[in-house]
Amino acid sequence: MSAMLEIRGLSKTFPTRSAFGRATGEVSAVADVSFAIEKGQVYGLAGESGSGKSTIARMIMGLTRPTSGSILIDGQDIAGQIGTQAHGARVQMVFQNPGASLNPRRTVAQSIAVPLVAHDFARADQPRRTAELLDMVQLPRVFAQRYPHELSGGQKQRVAIARALAVAPRLLVLDEPTSALDVSVQARVMDLLTDLGRTLDLTFLFISHDLSLMRNFAQRVGILYLGKIVETGETASVFEHPRHDYTRLLLASVPVISAEEEAMRPLIPLIDGEIPTAEKLLALRGQTTGKVT
Amino acid sequence: MSALLSVRDLSVEFTTYGQTAKVLQGVSLDVQAHAQIALVGESGSGKTVTMKAIMGLLRQPPACITGGQILYDGRDLLMLADRDRVALRGTAMSMVFQDPMSSLNPVFTIADQMTTILKYADRRLGRVRGARDRMARVHEVLAQVRMREPERVSASYPIMLSGGMRQRVLIAMALLSEPALLIADEPGTALDVTTQAQILRLLKDLVTQRGLALLMITHNLGVVRETSSYVYVMNKGRVVEEAETATLFANPQSDYTKSLIAAVPRLTGGTRYGTVTP
Repeated sequence: MSAMLEIRGLSKTFPTRSAFGRATGEVSAVADVSFAIEKGQVYGLAGESGSGKSTIARMIMGLTRPTSGSILIDGQDIAGQIGTQAHGARVQMVFQNPGASLNPRRTVAQSIAVPLVAHDFARADQPRRTAELLDMVQLPRVFAQRYPHELSGGQKQRVAIARALAVAPRLLVLDEPTSALDVSVQARVMDLLTDLGRTLDLTFLFISHDLSLMRNFAQRVGILYLGKIVETGETASVFEHPRHDYTRLLLASVPVISAEEEAMRPLIPLIDGEIPTAEKLLALRGQTTGKVT
Repeated sequence: MSALLSVRDLSVEFTTYGQTAKVLQGVSLDVQAHAQIALVGESGSGKTVTMKAIMGLLRQPPACITGGQILYDGRDLLMLADRDRVALRGTAMSMVFQDPMSSLNPVFTIADQMTTILKYADRRLGRVRGARDRMARVHEVLAQVRMREPERVSASYPIMLSGGMRQRVLIAMALLSEPALLIADEPGTALDVTTQAQILRLLKDLVTQRGLALLMITHNLGVVRETSSYVYVMNKGRVVEEAETATLFANPQSDYTKSLIAAVPRLTGGTRYGTVTP
């Protein structure tokens, strides 16, 4: 088996600026991250705000340029391919909030047509492809003429998934795809993603802060903290035998609904006060040892 | 024992563009003094409307309370004059809001906002307190929500605080005039999981230590289990089930509750996503 996505030594630093726009130093958002996802597998990236998980997603999508390191999709380095049809045809993304990621002035069909047009899909074939995609995400075909405000949250997310699948990518980046949804709707969207993964032979990078969901969806996980993967491995083994203190803290913080789950949570005293995040470390560093570039 | 707060057969309708929707249909719930109660439901279940009706925050129109009573300490809040109703808000019962970003005014310091609340609460209760005493009370309450440096926090603007600290400021605001009932609307949902765990534990500790009653409004069954001893499940404007929290999870009765519990992913794994292909 070969890797669908391979990330080697990926780093990203952002310059920090004073109120007047002068560079005052830099902050490391992603620091030497490496992992690989085998074809057809789901890899979960878990982390809190400021952990760098969205920056990693943006770099894979080509929305942010890495400071160093490389990203290989299906064995090919994406550097130099960013913005090309070839890159877009390999990887697509589903965003967290479908209310914000769908244009309110476009009908479902028009939203789905955007990637089709960008990939020179014959105009005559678009209605057929749109209908096919709506079937795939289990929405009635008449939804093609609806606007986002006429759809429920779960339906909107299905449209976002259809749009991501329009150009038949092999790899899908899911950035908290169900965090805006009710739990029963979440279960149905996860069902859909699992089915699509199976029938279309998709590989998923699943970004989430919901550890319970990750336990049930991802075969392997990486725990991100301050831009570094502090622990990675098979989901079951990371959850049952966490090694890093931060993984333990995350697991201990999950609200659960059964005694069995409670028994899984490490018994550690929750830190009182603030857990340092990248943002806060930056604030501290800015005051004391701001490295000038 | 009579309840501190008792909602009886509450019905609310919303009228928009000439169309009427029955949003609450005969909702009843009790909160005893010192009890920790949860009201759980998905979006559109009516839990927020119930909370707003209790706090007197429903805008009428479009809302219209078509029936029922909301008894606080034996008095029907729906029968009170607006003036008396307002006097109870923030003094007898307080709210902790969900979103700490939008519930604080960005252009005033925490001390400004908290002393203002205290000033009005004092006025309603006919208490007299000088500016210095008000400030002392603000610092005292900030210390109660485990702020390490109350003086520094009170002099800060909201933007200078982290999400978790802002949420704690909101809890402090709710505690300012020592209410008997705290209504919490999804506190911590906007925060990271580790911060949320801290906030829930803080709330739980405060409620038990200070002998408050807590009505926790949430969509998260995990939060229900962690913070309440008795729970009401709402769906489509009705209470579909009520039970001791432990009983609800061990032996849910209604189909809706069963489906809700089944939809929650477990930390122990075992959920099979995808349609089962025969």
